[in-house]
Amino acid sequence: MRHLHRSHIYGVMGEFGDPAELIHAVEIIRAAGYRRVNAYSPFPVEGLSEALGLKRDMVSTICLLGGLAGGIGGFFFQYWVATTAYPVNIGGRPLNSWPAFIPVTFELTILGASLAAVFGMLALNKLPQPHHPVFNVPRFTHASADRFFVCIEAKDPKFHLAECAKLLHEVHAHHITEVSDD
Amino acid sequence: MSAGQPPLDSPEIRRLTPVIGPGYTYGSVTDKISAIVLTRPTSLGWYIGFLIAFSVMGMMTVAIGWLIMKGTGIWGINIPIGWGFAIVNFVWWIGIGHAGTLISAILFLLNQKWRTSINRFAEAMTLFAVACAGMFPLIHTGRPWMAFYMFPYPSTMGIWPQFRSPLIWDVFAVSTYGTVSLMFWFVGLIPDLATLRDRSVKKPMKIIYGMLSMGWRGSARHWHRYQSAYLLLAGLATPLVLSVHSVISFDFSVAIVPGWHTTVFPPYFVAGAIYSGFAMVLTIAIPLRKVYGLEDFITMRHLDNMAKVMLATGLIVAYGYFIEFFMASYSGNKFDVFLVQQRLHGPYAPYYYALIVCNILIPQLLWSFKMRHNVAVLFFMSIVVNIGMWLERFVIVVISLTRDFVPSAWGRYSPTFWDWATFIGTMGMFVTLIFLFVRVLPAISIAEMRELVAETSEDEK
Repeated sequence: MRHLHRSHIYGVMGEFGDPAELIHAVEIIRAAGYRRVNAYSPFPVEGLSEALGLKRDMVSTICLLGGLAGGIGGFFFQYWVATTAYPVNIGGRPLNSWPAFIPVTFELTILGASLAAVFGMLALNKLPQPHHPVFNVPRFTHASADRFFVCIEAKDPKFHLAECAKLLHEVHAHHITEVSDD
Repeated sequence: MSAGQPPLDSPEIRRLTPVIGPGYTYGSVTDKISAIVLTRPTSLGWYIGFLIAFSVMGMMTVAIGWLIMKGTGIWGINIPIGWGFAIVNFVWWIGIGHAGTLISAILFLLNQKWRTSINRFAEAMTLFAVACAGMFPLIHTGRPWMAFYMFPYPSTMGIWPQFRSPLIWDVFAVSTYGTVSLMFWFVGLIPDLATLRDRSVKKPMKIIYGMLSMGWRGSARHWHRYQSAYLLLAGLATPLVLSVHSVISFDFSVAIVPGWHTTVFPPYFVAGAIYSGFAMVLTIAIPLRKVYGLEDFITMRHLDNMAKVMLATGLIVAYGYFIEFFMASYSGNKFDVFLVQQRLHGPYAPYYYALIVCNILIPQLLWSFKMRHNVAVLFFMSIVVNIGMWLERFVIVVISLTRDFVPSAWGRYSPTFWDWATFIGTMGMFVTLIFLFVRVLPAISIAEMRELVAETSEDEK
């Protein structure tokens, strides 16, 4: 354990070699009453969201709204072009020839929904974010390869450096490190 | 199930043909795949291959430059055959892209684990194929610098696109397809770019991969939303990919030209697209796994499954050919009947017979387990199917346009040197992009391979 005397810290981090150990540790830490806890893994670990108590995310709602905007907007845009902005009389056929507008409406629905899903996900994740305190931990480069990390954040009302480190030690975390906040 | 061959789900067969070789850990899959990009020296073979591909692409640049100077008269197109190579190649390339989306989206929704090691480069293939495809309608307009006319924008002339035209549907379908494929590919790449950022030693590489990964740190909260977004994208890409080739088939089937005006076109175009796309995935996967020693990741199980998809879609395509015949004779429409006769006996009959041999007869060898497990045969077969599917588009475009309603409107079509130079040149561009891709980005999804390692280790417990 290093730098325990420093005051500006982001949290305390522990390392695990196996997803099952990670989930077990997260469950115990949350059972001990900590709420500002996050985990880091090189791939999505099944059951980790439940262990962290994450709620249903907003991505699907944003995606639905994007799809509706694309579809409704796309249809009425074509309607406006065909009937108002640039009406073309083709043998007296109706200007609002709506079945012919369906393919473009469909494509724009998909486009709107996909753009909303991707940019919504990035925005909710606050990405791009070039720097984050967890990158201060030298061993954190393994979070994108073969190691699993859990971090109890200093913002947690129950946070106490020594106690958190002790708890991480009890759940058999390796390389327990203080995460500096700069 | 024939005697002597164990059932396909038996542990024995699964052990013989796993989706990932034995003994891999999170660390070792990461090392092996990222090493191809980060530490492996660029081989002489890569330089030679890249140089050849890049030269062929140079030929395309010259051909397009000449086209822009002289106009589309340098091609073999004429009246009545206004479409020619440009549209044949457009449909062929777009079709090739479809397998990438099928593998990444539909097989993801169906929870097929074997897609994991092939989806990344199949998606890359989709993007590059769409880039090649998109070029053809653009240069076929004759004045590509006016192509923005196809998009709706408030112009000072007060004109707007004609939304009742399948050609405008095409613009929207293909540009949506390109955009969604790019996003799907990039979202899949983000965790792997973070891996490359963390593992690269050189400063410039760290900065470039760092910027591209956007500060991804594998946070559980991020993964939570990431998985939702990825699943949604897969769900959106699935109807999209089916719609794109349907819309392209509308370019033909909405017209009243004999041989085009049929309802079988959309499903039969989609099946044909997946057929040629899987053939192209095999054409790329077989040399890739050999050169980079990825036989443990792209196993015989993958090749076998892809061959089966080819066989199935090939049969749907064969059914489409049969229905074309059937509908022509059943409808009794004399122009349709005449067109079918022209396919069999007309000036372009050799192309039609070659198409039947390439697309229907030769692929029947894939029924055999032995053939599906012979890499050389599969590679040969993938080339044959690609040629066959190109011939199919040639037959559809050229025979119908040369033989429509009245003999005074008949014509002949033969491609010129510049047609071939442009077409072969786009292949050069495709291969150039593939070469660059395998050099600078992980050709296999590292994050998903780790997931696969986690799942297979759970299975063994």
